[in-house]
Amino acid sequence: MNFETVIGLEVHVELKTNSKIFSPAPAHFGAEPNTNTTVIDLGYPGVLPVLNEEVVNYAMRAALALNMEIEQETKFDRKNYFYPDNPKAYQISQFDKPIGKNGWIDIEVNGETKRIGITRLHMEEDAGKLTHADGYSLVDFNRQGTPLVEIVSEPDIRTADEAYAYLEKLKSIIQYTGVSDVRMEEGSLRCDANISIRPYGQDEFGTKTELKNLNSFNFVRKGIEFEEKRQAEVLTSGGEIEQETRRYDEKTGKTLLMRIKEGADDYRYFPEPDLVHLSISDEWLEEVRASIPELPDARKSRYVSELGLTEYDAGVLVISKDMADFFEAMIAEKADAKLAANWLMGEVSAYLNAEQKELKDTALTPQNLAGMVKLIADGTISSKIGKKVFAELVKNGGNPEEIVKAKGLVQISDPAALLKVVTEVLDHNPQSIEDFKNGRDRAIGFLVGQIMKATKGQANPPMVNKLLQEEIAKR
Amino acid sequence: MTLFERSAQELQAAIHSGELTIVELTKEAFARIEKVDADVKAFLTLNKEAALKQAEEMDQVPMNERGPLFGLPIGIKDNIVTEGLETTCASKMLEGFLPIYDATVMDKLKEAGMITIGKINMDEFAMGSSNENSAFKTVTNPWHAAHVPGGSSGGSAAAVAAGEVPFTLGSDTGGSIRQPAAYCGVVGMKPTYGRVSRSGLVAFASSLDQIGTITNNVADNAALLQAIAGLDAKDSTSADVAVPDYTKALTGDVKGLRVAVPKEFLGEGVGSAARKSVEEAIEVLKSLGATVEEVSLPHSKYALAAYYILSSSEASSNLSRFDGIRYGYRTENAKNLLELYTKSRAEGFGDEVKLRIMLGTYSLSAGSYDAYYKKAQQVRTLIKQDYDKVFENFDVIVGPTTPTPAFKIGENVDDPLTMYANDILTIPINLAGVPAISIPCGFENGLPLGLQIIAKHFDEETIYRTAYAFEQATAFHKQKPQMWEGN
Amino acid sequence: MTKLTMEEVKHVATLARLAITDEEAEKFTAQLGRITEYVEQLNELDTTGVEPTTHVLPLVNVMRKDEAAQGLPREKMMLNVKEQENGQVKVPAIMD
Repeated sequence: MNFETVIGLEVHVELKTNSKIFSPAPAHFGAEPNTNTTVIDLGYPGVLPVLNEEVVNYAMRAALALNMEIEQETKFDRKNYFYPDNPKAYQISQFDKPIGKNGWIDIEVNGETKRIGITRLHMEEDAGKLTHADGYSLVDFNRQGTPLVEIVSEPDIRTADEAYAYLEKLKSIIQYTGVSDVRMEEGSLRCDANISIRPYGQDEFGTKTELKNLNSFNFVRKGIEFEEKRQAEVLTSGGEIEQETRRYDEKTGKTLLMRIKEGADDYRYFPEPDLVHLSISDEWLEEVRASIPELPDARKSRYVSELGLTEYDAGVLVISKDMADFFEAMIAEKADAKLAANWLMGEVSAYLNAEQKELKDTALTPQNLAGMVKLIADGTISSKIGKKVFAELVKNGGNPEEIVKAKGLVQISDPAALLKVVTEVLDHNPQSIEDFKNGRDRAIGFLVGQIMKATKGQANPPMVNKLLQEEIAKR
Repeated sequence: MTLFERSAQELQAAIHSGELTIVELTKEAFARIEKVDADVKAFLTLNKEAALKQAEEMDQVPMNERGPLFGLPIGIKDNIVTEGLETTCASKMLEGFLPIYDATVMDKLKEAGMITIGKINMDEFAMGSSNENSAFKTVTNPWHAAHVPGGSSGGSAAAVAAGEVPFTLGSDTGGSIRQPAAYCGVVGMKPTYGRVSRSGLVAFASSLDQIGTITNNVADNAALLQAIAGLDAKDSTSADVAVPDYTKALTGDVKGLRVAVPKEFLGEGVGSAARKSVEEAIEVLKSLGATVEEVSLPHSKYALAAYYILSSSEASSNLSRFDGIRYGYRTENAKNLLELYTKSRAEGFGDEVKLRIMLGTYSLSAGSYDAYYKKAQQVRTLIKQDYDKVFENFDVIVGPTTPTPAFKIGENVDDPLTMYANDILTIPINLAGVPAISIPCGFENGLPLGLQIIAKHFDEETIYRTAYAFEQATAFHKQKPQMWEGN
Repeated sequence: MTKLTMEEVKHVATLARLAITDEEAEKFTAQLGRITEYVEQLNELDTTGVEPTTHVLPLVNVMRKDEAAQGLPREKMMLNVKEQENGQVKVPAIMD
């Protein structure tokens, strides 16, 4: 039997505020255990939460960027459950009136655009961090009270690739709004997936499992792929899917049972009596709307229509806001748009991937990279030499023109000088000339290589080609 | 007699004239406690050393830098957190617990220069009407040791009634200040919800709890509320409403005051003595120039049911933090986390607290929420509307604080519903969030009765005006229990 | 509403993380049964269309500025903690 997979994603995003959602404790990642808490975060008897205004601004900004409606009359609720990382034994969250609802984002998979619905976005507090040891666990309450938004998608996602594209797009949009670092490795973006399968043509959803411990977008993809296969095997062998929570195991690439959900969890939600309601005026809403910067889709269109980039290149370039901002700064430095885009998507991205670095961790600046691109554009250096200059710039920075001069990397475009080298190389390789004349085009490549070697790569390639053709013809 | 038969104003006069020092006054509090507290059992923790040291320092402060409450002793209900001073909520769960911050009211008392004498006994986590739910000892009524002092601020009322301290703070969720004030013959004020910061009050029912003041007389009460009231950035539900000078309301003049008497407050279940004392009080107010009319608060009979659902639901959530992990009682017999929770909580909480947690958890659980919690919240709306309506045409509502005087210790312990009925006249006030005071208005068999005066939101001023006029025209507040004699 | 059963009472105790004995469960069943019976009287009132009251005052939008203050020193934070290890709070094994 053929099955269709139905996927819904729940994404938690930590907001980048100075202080926590309900207490003035610092909300920064990476402090010594249990040093970023106040009595409020520890749930001491008698403490009361006070809402951080910026959290509401950020949540609204994110919701608007995800094309959501804002619930202007909203409130907080208590979600009651006992766990050692949850000091009050209730989490202050939003239940029936999330601040954002009915949004969507467009994703592209295999060149096709698909709209994924977003059910809701709500504000809540993060829990502390539990570390499990042998026979006991340790709790660090630093993260307790860090502001979160939870973003719940509609069950519109059908494949692991779509899930990947949804997450990448969501991350990109949130990053553009500036409300979060959205770093999965630091936990500022976390994802759970709900997965079910059903025979094609069936309207009802199958029983879903909830997949946790998805610590990278790749694991999300792999986890979903494993899970849809597992469920299909269970069903085709006559079994039934249990409603359960499963954990993705990074080592084996499998999903493992965590616990079976016996009916719905009973969180006993009720309105938080310690926090008054929120009433968001039109003015406040518009103020937040106006604070949203240009988002990736808008940028992409602009790059295509104004800068002449291809849809594909523009799409790749805008995913990371850092990269796109860098690109725009290069354009401001009068770098050629296509060349700048090629370099960023090529050499720069390859370097960042290989080194596991971000742009800001390198010595590259929009100025120095733009300078280098301009040297290529005006023929001062070749693209090949560009790579040498880039290697220097990315590690040590500096002025590309000076690097080119100091290292004597200027392209040789003087016909007389080049002719001398060409003649010498031809004199030494009569066999290649013969081969070429016999129709072996590859021979010309060998000759170009020899010329480049003789000029340490500084020869102007188009001129070399032209001269070679002319000189061979003469012989 | 004790020094504490004097008002704050008289005590200040004595200090200013040099007749008394703050140290002497502080010592008097500890001497009185030494003398009577073995019987009254109002105090759980004494702050003797720190209090005397503070008193010595305060005696050095120039007279012109002292406010009206400067150097005066106060007792604090044990559900208000005091940094470094054990705070137990009269529960085994918090035995030995040392708060690491001060409640906002404690900061305010420090600013006013008051001296904390100690922490005061109560029903465990403020759940109870008799003080029999203290995990440590049962406070007795200073008028008759076989009777309860009321609850849950029974210790706070008894401490004032016994002349141990002239001021105490209590908390009132469904009558926990007014009912014991009535039973002990003292003045107890529950301010408007939002008038006094709840920051540092160990929460019972967050939407109902309010800290309030218990004193020997109306003027002292007004002065104390003045000191602790006002907006607090740490409490989102505290209101940004200016605190008037309450002492200006103490004129004795109630001419033209429009008094409403709800027929439901004098109906079935209210004892004849309580009814009679209130009828006489109404005559007093009339004689002072007030106009009195009967009104109806039609939803009053539903208040008790709505209150028990709402307060227990909130309590079940508020008390979940007591899990044996960050503070408080921790069982020694836990094999795993689940046992740590269930055993710590089973061993740390008393029966009444458990019953309320169970009721609240049930009311909020799947399938019950709409029929219980939401229904009770809707009924709360109807009750509040009853009060709003009356206050369109009246300045105050008066009635008895309790249906009867203090009952005997042990009389009601087996039946939660009979016990809860003692709060039937005070509970609607918390649901409506309005302020109310209880002042002495009579006796039945040597046990005091209270007159409850209620006003609209943030109109404590009119309550004090009315209460003061009544107090000046009567002598009930001058009668003291036997134990004041022969000091 | 149907009468509370002992099974329900035990389930509620689990939700509330209260260990209860069978005798206690019996006692709670009786007590809670009486209370829930008493509160049935609320059903006499037609509350269709009545807004539930969560807050008795009409306050909205009480918020603070996003300013961070120093966290508590670890010693103070640990003052009432019974078991700790390496600056973290220790709890028994979690059995889910």
